[in-house]
Amino acid sequence: MVQFNSVHVLYLFEAAKWTIALSLIAFTGGAVLGVPLALARVSGFKMLRLAAAGYIQVIQGTPLLIVLFLSYFGLSIAGYRLDPLVAAGLSLTLYSGAFLGEIWRGCIEAVPRTQGEAADCLGLSRLQQYIYVILPQAMRIATPLTVGFMVQVVKSTSLASIIGFVELSRAGQIINNSTFQPFLVFALVGAIYFVICYPLSVASRRLERRFHVAR
Amino acid sequence: MSYQFDFSFLGERWPAFAEGAWLTIQITLVAIVLGFALGTACALTRVYAHPLVRRLVGGYVEVIRNTPLLVQIFIVYFGIASLGFKLSADVSALIALVVNLGAYTTEIMRAGIESIPKTQVEAADCLGLSRLQVIANIVLLPAIERVYPALTSQFVLMMLASSITSQISVEELTAIANVVQSETYRSFEVYVVVALVYLALSLIFRVGFWAVGTVLFFRRRRLGAAL
Repeated sequence: MVQFNSVHVLYLFEAAKWTIALSLIAFTGGAVLGVPLALARVSGFKMLRLAAAGYIQVIQGTPLLIVLFLSYFGLSIAGYRLDPLVAAGLSLTLYSGAFLGEIWRGCIEAVPRTQGEAADCLGLSRLQQYIYVILPQAMRIATPLTVGFMVQVVKSTSLASIIGFVELSRAGQIINNSTFQPFLVFALVGAIYFVICYPLSVASRRLERRFHVAR
Repeated sequence: MSYQFDFSFLGERWPAFAEGAWLTIQITLVAIVLGFALGTACALTRVYAHPLVRRLVGGYVEVIRNTPLLVQIFIVYFGIASLGFKLSADVSALIALVVNLGAYTTEIMRAGIESIPKTQVEAADCLGLSRLQVIANIVLLPAIERVYPALTSQFVLMMLASSITSQISVEELTAIANVVQSETYRSFEVYVVVALVYLALSLIFRVGFWAVGTVLFFRRRRLGAAL
């Protein structure tokens, strides 16, 4: 039996980089997907609104794990072999896109209606209203919530371990399989997640307080 | 693409799916009841107790909310077993889910409790209500009423997250799906079916919570305000 040693700790740190990389992929992809979703949710076209709402409902009503299995095992049987990283990136993008879309929709709707009406009176087109009046204010409201959601994204990357992608959780399992010191190993893994997530949580709270005072 | 969809496995496998879904429902309900109790107790502590105890509860909430559920489940299942306490997979999963939900509930309930104006409590004191009556009727019930939407959506997320317990061999819906797909090689179809079952479950839970809400908060219904 191998004793837990510093090599293992380094291995965990190495794996934590992949957790961060996957988080960034998921968040970037989610943002790219989330913006049009949020805009579609508040759009004037009923079909667009319904389609976006349907997508969000489906993703928010199924476990991320199932989405992950569908894109990894499911698509591979249908003939598309996805690398674990691609499958994990894809499902995390679909997942965070739905949540970010819903969060941002709330933020857009939180901007007082009178702002849009005033912009209307000033003769701004609908596009101009969004770009110059509504979205800047919505972004202000959205910042703390978005940073808070990043914590969620980082934590959900742990599920990529289940399809065999070696990030922090998977590295923990691998080390545990040879050292049999689960308490120590997983406590350390948890601690590394905490170190990544806690600053984001604190930042989210601070931002929220600051914007609250400013308003 | 020449792939033929084949859902014929459903014919003989549906009882397994039903059993898995039933276990998912059971785990979720128990976790909700215990997690809500734990969270409410912690929220009351966080608002009213000695500062040191408050910090302790705050620490619990932060640690749980900033680490993945998967790791929490591993710590409970493998970690506690390595310390000499043998727990079954079901019990370990339940402990992890309760501890996890408890932390989220604490934050939500704390927001609810803090939103109750102090004057309400003072008025109740003046009317001679006992401490317990004040906490139950003046603080907790209205607090729950205010945060009910946040609370129930957290509960639904918990139901979905319970799929992770399949990783320590709890035989719930996702674990059943894994078994069936490995025996039928119909992974795409199996996971589509299970995704639909989860969708149905979250719908059922939402409707259930809404029904419970209308019964629980009858005063609000009488006022005609939406939940």
